[in-house]
Amino acid sequence: MRVALFLTCVNDTLYPETGKAVVKLLGRLGVEVDFPMGQTCCGQAHYNTGYRHEAEPLARRFAEVFGEYDAVVTPSGSCGAMVRQAYPRMGERAGAEGRGDSLARALAPVVPKTYELTEFLVDVLGVTDVGARYPHRVTYHPTCHGLRGLGLGDRPRRLLEAVEGLDLVELPGADECCGFGGTFAVKNAAVSAAMGRDKVRNAESTGAEVLCAADNSCLMHIGGTMSRLRVGMRPVHIARILASTEEDPAV
Amino acid sequence: MSSTFVGMPAFPEAARNAVADPTLRGNLRHATHTIRAKRAGAVAELSDWAELREAGRRIKDHTLRHLDRYLEQLEASVTAAGGTVHWAADADEANRIVTRLVKETGESEVVKVKSMATQEIGLNEALEAEGIRAYETDLAELIVQLGKDRPSHILVPAIHRNRGEIRDIFAHEMAAWGRPAPANLTDTPADLAEAARLHLREKFLRARVGVSGANFMVAETGTLVVVESEGNGRMCLTLPRTLISVVGIEKIVPTWRDLEVFLQTLPRSSTAERMNPYTSTWTGTTDEDGPRTFHLVLLDNGRTDALADQVGRQALRCIRCSACLNVCPVYERAGGHAYGSVYPGPIGAVLTPQLRGTTSEIDASLPYASSLCGACYEVCPVAIDIPEVLVHLRERVVQGGPAVRQGNKVVLRPAKGHAAERAAMRAAAWAFGHPGALRAGQRLASRSRRLHPRTLPGPGRAWSGTRDLPTPPAEPFRDWWQRTRGGKDAK
Repeated sequence: MRVALFLTCVNDTLYPETGKAVVKLLGRLGVEVDFPMGQTCCGQAHYNTGYRHEAEPLARRFAEVFGEYDAVVTPSGSCGAMVRQAYPRMGERAGAEGRGDSLARALAPVVPKTYELTEFLVDVLGVTDVGARYPHRVTYHPTCHGLRGLGLGDRPRRLLEAVEGLDLVELPGADECCGFGGTFAVKNAAVSAAMGRDKVRNAESTGAEVLCAADNSCLMHIGGTMSRLRVGMRPVHIARILASTEEDPAV
Repeated sequence: MSSTFVGMPAFPEAARNAVADPTLRGNLRHATHTIRAKRAGAVAELSDWAELREAGRRIKDHTLRHLDRYLEQLEASVTAAGGTVHWAADADEANRIVTRLVKETGESEVVKVKSMATQEIGLNEALEAEGIRAYETDLAELIVQLGKDRPSHILVPAIHRNRGEIRDIFAHEMAAWGRPAPANLTDTPADLAEAARLHLREKFLRARVGVSGANFMVAETGTLVVVESEGNGRMCLTLPRTLISVVGIEKIVPTWRDLEVFLQTLPRSSTAERMNPYTSTWTGTTDEDGPRTFHLVLLDNGRTDALADQVGRQALRCIRCSACLNVCPVYERAGGHAYGSVYPGPIGAVLTPQLRGTTSEIDASLPYASSLCGACYEVCPVAIDIPEVLVHLRERVVQGGPAVRQGNKVVLRPAKGHAAERAAMRAAAWAFGHPGALRAGQRLASRSRRLHPRTLPGPGRAWSGTRDLPTPPAEPFRDWWQRTRGGKDAK
């Protein structure tokens, strides 16, 4: 099976450690991933802000770059949902605008073979115990597009529960959005910040050291709020926890 | 829509003020979290909820697909049962029709059943201008009317008020409208309900004209249906001699069998009840029982424009249950008034810009009043994909394009104020189309990382006013990948 890592533009630029963690984790499970250098961005920010036409060439690029692989793994629930949910819609809309089925046909092949990381681990590789060790108290925030868009369900929780030494504590109001929402964070900054503060206060109430999620853009918002409020917690992507071992621990 | 909302600031500004109001935040948080949990329990009781939701979606889609046919069937059924059907293309026409009908009775006051359609068209204000007083009889609508306030929730229009505030409104305002509140009124629910009951009773017994909306209209028999909790609706629907119902054209269901689905999903979604306390149905007029004259005003007011939109039309499935408001994290913090419409919350953010268009500042800002978290779609009993419609309407705002307004095909121009964003999106799309350019930008960010401030000036403050910025890494992932051949060489 030829597996490609779609890291996402945010992770590539700001969170390379997440990418390294995915490479290490999957390598440990016997999957050698490739990182095609032509990859850039799935187009989510454009699409969700109302720039669907600007997102189309990015979607086409995604389909070209990843078309030859058997599976595409991404450590982002929202970028995964963009490919799986919005790409088919973009194809349909182009057709409805009288532009034929060329976009739909170009995007169709990559849609079913794109997986969010925890889906790939549980559904494709069939593992929940990935041999990780992370001796910390952790609370998990299910990000919206993973939870409701992709329907990740309890996959992330099952993976975390199998991690040696990890003390998983329940996050009050876990299903509530953290308030990031892409451009929402700046277009409606006051509401976004209020949602972020409530998420951080809920996380703080658990007594956990770490807030874990499967989306670094949400963690950037939550972590930035934690840091501003001087809350003694840190945001950590689930890939880093699952990659962590006794010999090569993540903090 | 109601003139009281004209001149509203855009959503972000109104929401910012609401977020800074701790009483409002407390009231909304308490109310929405309570009903949210109850709804989840009421829905979980049904093993066939998913099937009911799908059936509701299909019935509504089918009806909307053949709306022309069902409207004519309804008109024939209502007429055959002794009612008179009027067609109103917009709010003004509906208000003119209702005003004329009331004047023809010689009366100068009407009692009202809670109705979103009459709120939408600003009927009370239109009647007032013609010297006709409309009395709201739903408890929450009464609180809003007495408080000279605006509704902030579809089902619970006074959700932004707490008991103490309601006590004060009753004590100070009831006398100007009729029977004053009892002396020494407390803020206990029983006392407040009793004060409202006494105040309203004299209006029920005196009124000769009732005005209502309807939750459903059954095309096969011409029957209108109102579901409610308080019994005030039953009073208004049965005691007056003349009944005038103003109903949006999308409220039709073809048959009683179809109605059965919604009588299960609506109460559980809205009030978390297995069944609402009062379900009133009426078919035209009946001799010596109930109103002698019945008028049905069928309201378009932008609905056929919405129906012409392939993505947006699903908003017309809405049965006004409010479940989406109660789960929405944005509504919980911004409150209903920030939406500048009688339809607040997620459904308002997709309905209002379709009914009113996107030319005003508030209407153009509504599609962005969401983090696209999807909680609304998850609870919607007719499966309206609200995030999908929001994104579609954002596109209409920033890119314009073909639409139908007042029945005419038009090409909308992009809204003002998005030029900088558009330029940034295009620049980003260009960079993402050229990995070399992206990489140059990433390297610049990494190499200058020691120089990055923790807070940003100008528009960047929208982020950094409340959140620290992440520090860019020493090298982007793609450089690490190339340098170490995917981690095979030294780290």
